[in-house]
Amino acid sequence: MTSQNLIDFILLREPNVLLVVAGSIILCGMSAIVGCFTFLRKRALIGDAVSHSVLPGVCLAFILTGEKNPLYFLIGAIISGMMSLLIMEGLTRSRQTRPDTAIALMLSVFFGIGIVLLTSIQHSGNASQAGLDKFLFGKAASITLEDIRLFAFSSAGILSIIFIFLRGFTAISFDEEFAVSIGFPVRWLRFALSFLTVWAVSVGIQAVGVVLMSALLITPALAARMWTHSIRFMLFLAMLFGMLSGYLGAFVSYSAPAMPTGPWIVVAATFIAAVSMVFAPNRGILAQWFERRKNTNKTLEENILKLFYQIAEKTGESSKPILEEDLVNYRAFSKSQLKLGLRLLQKKAFIQFHLSTWKLTDLGEIEARRIVRLHRLWELYLQQYLNLDSDHVHDDAEAMEHVITPEIEAQLDEILGNPKVDPHNTIIPPK
Amino acid sequence: MTINDFWIVLTASLISLCCVIPGTFLVLRRMAMFGDAISHAVLPGLVVAYLLSGSRESFIMLPGAAATGLLVTFLIEWIQKRMRIQNDAAIGLVYTFLFAVGVILVSAYAAQTDLDQECVLYGEIAYVPFDLIMNDAGFSLGPRQVWIAGSLFLALILVLLISYRALYITTFDAGYATALGISVAFWHYVLMGMVSMVTVVSFESVGAVLVIALLIGPPATAALFAKRLPFLLVLASVIGILSCIGGYYLAVWWNASIAGAISMMIGILFGLGLLIRKLISHP
Repeated sequence: MTSQNLIDFILLREPNVLLVVAGSIILCGMSAIVGCFTFLRKRALIGDAVSHSVLPGVCLAFILTGEKNPLYFLIGAIISGMMSLLIMEGLTRSRQTRPDTAIALMLSVFFGIGIVLLTSIQHSGNASQAGLDKFLFGKAASITLEDIRLFAFSSAGILSIIFIFLRGFTAISFDEEFAVSIGFPVRWLRFALSFLTVWAVSVGIQAVGVVLMSALLITPALAARMWTHSIRFMLFLAMLFGMLSGYLGAFVSYSAPAMPTGPWIVVAATFIAAVSMVFAPNRGILAQWFERRKNTNKTLEENILKLFYQIAEKTGESSKPILEEDLVNYRAFSKSQLKLGLRLLQKKAFIQFHLSTWKLTDLGEIEARRIVRLHRLWELYLQQYLNLDSDHVHDDAEAMEHVITPEIEAQLDEILGNPKVDPHNTIIPPK
Repeated sequence: MTINDFWIVLTASLISLCCVIPGTFLVLRRMAMFGDAISHAVLPGLVVAYLLSGSRESFIMLPGAAATGLLVTFLIEWIQKRMRIQNDAAIGLVYTFLFAVGVILVSAYAAQTDLDQECVLYGEIAYVPFDLIMNDAGFSLGPRQVWIAGSLFLALILVLLISYRALYITTFDAGYATALGISVAFWHYVLMGMVSMVTVVSFESVGAVLVIALLIGPPATAALFAKRLPFLLVLASVIGILSCIGGYYLAVWWNASIAGAISMMIGILFGLGLLIRKLISHP
């Protein structure tokens, strides 16, 4: 495609482009919103099965009416999707099969029936059948004005139902028992949400196709979940991610007509999800990595400070300058770790460097006492309240000393009665 | 029944027998959807293998397929643990992406790979009798697919015989298996490798979606009746073969996709199974 075409596409200069872009964006945004609930209710794979299961309905609608009317397709798709969903739930409830088996079975059997009908239509040589196969992988470029009306109407219907009952849907998505206890009509809400999912899937297959439709429910929701804990913001983000993917799909469908749209929409959505998984604050990989490094460094710093205190205690001279090699003799640090820890402590002004020796500053002295105090308080607590032997308490205290908060420290101090010595008969430094 | 009918039914039955072995364990381990995930996810690997080797010889692809399956399993578990995402969403994310990439590759290189988008979904088992193996003298030794599925079946039987005890114990009581020193994780990956190989071999014939019916359907139907593992495996095999025979004639009658009709037959037999069970329990 030429750059002129590209500009035409971006500026939506051709009416046909506008149609395709509007159609894909509406469908993908709406599906992503519905998908948030599917995702939160941990029914992502049920969504997958439903999307495969609408195929026989689409084909039957064509066989019975003999025309390619989007409304008939929609009705057929909703009926067969609901049937598959109800059978899945019935099988699971009657404990004839486990949920995962019921899902996989309905998915493949309904899809098989759909394929039988589709191939039998194709082989019968019905001239107007061309285009039914676009329901398999989606073809945004073939969206017509009539389709857009149906999409817009469906999306408006689905979204308004969601926003009217948002509180109820949120309640059943997070905690069904809680929703029952505060008086929500849970059975109705559950049914409504299932129906909305089937409806969204039945419309969405026009752009993405039945095979990859489930990705449009799962992937934007998953990406949005990485960024936020608030459901409203999650719905908004998922819609945005869905729309972005839809836009890309429309672009591909426009520039390479032979390409199916569905896979490209899915690739775009997965790309957004991957970026979210790496960069999202708190839950992202980078954030997790920084958090872990912060914790390791904190542990390292505190262990070194504690060492200074213990050496001073042993030799009886407080704030005695110590050589770096001596530090290694007292505790097994690797050389590079020790260097890193000392540098970090120096930056915080807990220790100072003087004539090739290290010395605690006043600030460092206070911090070192605090850590040793936590360590010994915890040892005493383990011995008195969990009846552990005094030679078994050290390792646990090594871990706990880094995480005990001032509040817990005060509590420990109180229930142990302001103790002076720990189980090894060493002095607990006073606060 | 002409010879072509025979070859098609034989191929389908062999594939279904291959599917029953890992499929039974998937059903028992409540991991049916891993079959769905792997059968979709091997597609990009297959296309790349076609493009690189220029051949459709399944034997070349088996190791690659097993590796892809293990990679998918690993990726799903990694996302689940590391990103704290629930299992179903992790499965959905990974396999839809890989399948999408596969379909894009198929569309882009359709001419080189002899594959088209629809074949990916429901296979071309009707072409099996035309792809024959010839010996040096020019005599036909039967369709290639029969040989491939047949040897895979023998290999799977061998694996099953060798590892029956380990698979049995890790399936029913993972804690006990660990206590005996049997690695649950190792056998989990062995099973996933088996699923991948079965998927790849059946890909050309029945496609990515319908192989799930063959993997899960017969064991699920058999599980309505069988209470012991050996009987479950045998009954599932019988149901699988019956579905293939019934499905084939259904497809011929309606002039429709054979693989689709086999899945439909699997669904019908499952429904029949439910009915019979109901009659047995409430006469």
